[in-house]
Amino acid sequence: MREDGQLSDIEIPYTVAARPDTGLNNGKIGIWLFLASEVMLFGALFATYILLRVGAPEWPHGREFLNIPLATTNTIVLISSSVTMVMAWASLKRDNFAKFRLYMGLTVLCGLIFLGIKYVEYSHKFEHGLYPRTNTFLAIYFTMTGLHMLHVMGGMAVNAYFWGPGAALWKTDKEHFTNRVENSGLFWHFVDLVWIFLFPVLYLL
Amino acid sequence: MSDSHSIDLHKHVRAYILVFVSLMFLTLVTVAVSYLHLPVRQAIVVALLIATVKGSLVACYFMHLISEKKLILWVLLLTVVFFIVLLLVPAFTVADRVGS
Repeated sequence: MREDGQLSDIEIPYTVAARPDTGLNNGKIGIWLFLASEVMLFGALFATYILLRVGAPEWPHGREFLNIPLATTNTIVLISSSVTMVMAWASLKRDNFAKFRLYMGLTVLCGLIFLGIKYVEYSHKFEHGLYPRTNTFLAIYFTMTGLHMLHVMGGMAVNAYFWGPGAALWKTDKEHFTNRVENSGLFWHFVDLVWIFLFPVLYLL
Repeated sequence: MSDSHSIDLHKHVRAYILVFVSLMFLTLVTVAVSYLHLPVRQAIVVALLIATVKGSLVACYFMHLISEKKLILWVLLLTVVFFIVLLLVPAFTVADRVGS
């Protein structure tokens, strides 16, 4: 702390160095604990899906209401964004900031494409009078994909920040910035992982 | 950056590309299988099996779990246990009707 009592010069420990007790920096352990809570959040919705499906006298196949080619494209887009995300982190590890900007930009772009396709999908449903209230299948479909979409938006906001103004940290503390990007990457991969399960469960079964 | 570090990263990047190709291939497989119109039980098993393999690839390589510290693996093991309990809740709701 500075002599005049300002907090701005306080150095937060263990943002780069590993804590002696956990062997990890604080950001890393924090993001993994958060992801563990996210597993339970989506887990509750998957359990709800099973309960609704098992209890229903009949359950429609996803293709009766949903567009499989569009969802397949979105799966490919999201998987591609996971690769560009990890390449963005690897570029920082290789001390190549220009490549990081390129890959991080592509990651955000893939997120935008995913949201665009989802907008088209949702619009089609609404045009045909298909709403969450229409039936149980659509209710759980909109709930699960809607929650997932919010996660995509959150991840994109953080990634866009690190692509833009947040990248200023690279000039002063490379390792700290690289750790931040790694943590936002972990969240982004989790979003991809959830979609990997949502896609077959809602669209293909 | 030392040479060994850059060689290590080069290996990592190669692994990422391989995982990417595998994920694309498995996505196409899971979509193709859905058009075979298998019986529901078989379709569920195949689709979830492929999704689990894809999810594991993402977690192990993109999220670096394969080389992560034990503490995180323990946290995740605990999460998996609770996740399974959560998914079993619907089964319990069926079980309480057994014999009635």
